[in-house]
Amino acid sequence: MRAFVVAAYLFLYAPIALVVLFSFNAGRNASEFTGFSVEWYGKAFSNTFLVQALQNSLIIAFVSAVLAAIFGTMAAIAIERMSERARLVFDGLFAAAIVVPGVVIGIATLVALVTMLGLINPLIAGVWPGENPPRIGLGYFSVIAAHGLFTMAVVTMIVRARIAGLGRDMVEASGDLYATPFGTFRQIVLPQILPSIVAGFLLAFTFSFDDFIVAFFVSGSKTTLPMYVFASIRRGVTPEINAVATTVLVASLFLILGAHFLMRPRSNKPVEG
Amino acid sequence: MITAALAAPAAIWLFLFLILPFCAMLVFAFGKRAPEGGYQAAFTLEQFANLPSRAAAFWNTLVLAPIGALLCLLVAYPVAYYLAVKAPPQRRMILVALIVVPFWTSLLVRTYAWMYILGSRGLPNLLDLVGIADVRMLNTPGAVLLGIVYGYLPLMIMPIYVSLEKLDLRLLDASADLGARPASTFFGVTVPLSMPGVITGVALVTILLLGEYLIPQLLGGGKVFFIGNALVDLFLQSRNWPFGSAIAVTMVAVVVIVLAVSMRIAWRFAGARRVDLV
Repeated sequence: MRAFVVAAYLFLYAPIALVVLFSFNAGRNASEFTGFSVEWYGKAFSNTFLVQALQNSLIIAFVSAVLAAIFGTMAAIAIERMSERARLVFDGLFAAAIVVPGVVIGIATLVALVTMLGLINPLIAGVWPGENPPRIGLGYFSVIAAHGLFTMAVVTMIVRARIAGLGRDMVEASGDLYATPFGTFRQIVLPQILPSIVAGFLLAFTFSFDDFIVAFFVSGSKTTLPMYVFASIRRGVTPEINAVATTVLVASLFLILGAHFLMRPRSNKPVEG
Repeated sequence: MITAALAAPAAIWLFLFLILPFCAMLVFAFGKRAPEGGYQAAFTLEQFANLPSRAAAFWNTLVLAPIGALLCLLVAYPVAYYLAVKAPPQRRMILVALIVVPFWTSLLVRTYAWMYILGSRGLPNLLDLVGIADVRMLNTPGAVLLGIVYGYLPLMIMPIYVSLEKLDLRLLDASADLGARPASTFFGVTVPLSMPGVITGVALVTILLLGEYLIPQLLGGGKVFFIGNALVDLFLQSRNWPFGSAIAVTMVAVVVIVLAVSMRIAWRFAGARRVDLV
């Protein structure tokens, strides 16, 4: 039993450890460690395509996570106050956003946006006074839109769980003491749900930062970091990819530990997928 | 009024980027492929009639996803059992956290790790050194299944752990006191009580696997392809959007069916358990 569990943990961590180890390999070989070196990190990060992809990923992840945290929290509060029927509709839509595979979300968003832009762009061109009317294309906004869908659902889920755990007594006391509804929200509710909002933000950021398949469909000419990693894997396995992979790994590790830390103090449960 | 204002951004988002895209996809699925690729308006079942031409992708997905989920279960159950029942309480939280963390790190990187290990310069190279030559590991169904178990293990362990954690350990003592052997206590008491977690885990992993793209792409190398791979090919290479939409719509239907069936099974088990305990 114990041996099996130890083996399972080894199984989970050994491959990752190997990727990290060989990112510091001086040679090119995947089965022979020939010496310690950070040469591959230097190579990777002097590559302008990679730096651009990293920058794109950070912008997309940050914006979609901020929007998801704000709108998701607002939705979570609203859902608590809704009629039973409206709540069921929202629950169903958010559940769909989580359950529908990323491939399908990517395709559906691509199809819809290309169709909509095909209608909107000629309209803009029609009313545009100057010579070169702006064209809206796929890019940051389409990836943010598609990521925001899933991450908003995640934030709403986490914040609602926290709100459900709040006692009504403080809110009622605040009302009895003549606080305005907004005052009650700012001074009583917000401080209590803030950790779950930040945790939701971090999970949203992690998801967006790690997502490959949705961005693959809707990013247009923009390349995100996972898309860059995917493309370089197809070109061939080199220690340079290990260096990039290690960087991605460390980044998401920090984010997830942050989220875990924020969600722990009150519920004794770990972060659950 | 305030409620509506608070819900508005999310509602607009859901409408614009979930409901509308799904409607667009449905419309495309009944359309025709334009000569230069893309969409031409029509109302035809042509695309759906063409589904059998991608039967291999459906077959691979519908066979390998459940097998992968079950293999995952075989590895996950003992781990979850250990964490919930046997692990020393003071170390339990950190052990559970160590299971969760990999799930939230890039699946792409974790799959790449196996590509690295199974590739010709990895394990096969080592085997070559000890005299076993020409072993091909990458681009086989086995490699894809290994990747699946590896990628989805945390997601399988968590629900089982949660349901085992709620298990009243006195039930196990009672079973032993009444003369049951450990094996019959395990299969007669522990396993039935953990069924809700098992069903959740298997359903969750199966559903996510139905839409998997990266694992078959990287570890199956185009030889073991899933529906997701067929979709990427249709959309980004051959630009046959209507046919791709028809496949995507079918895929959503499959997901809904799997979800409905597993919820029904879960419901039955939950009901049965309640009766047992009374």
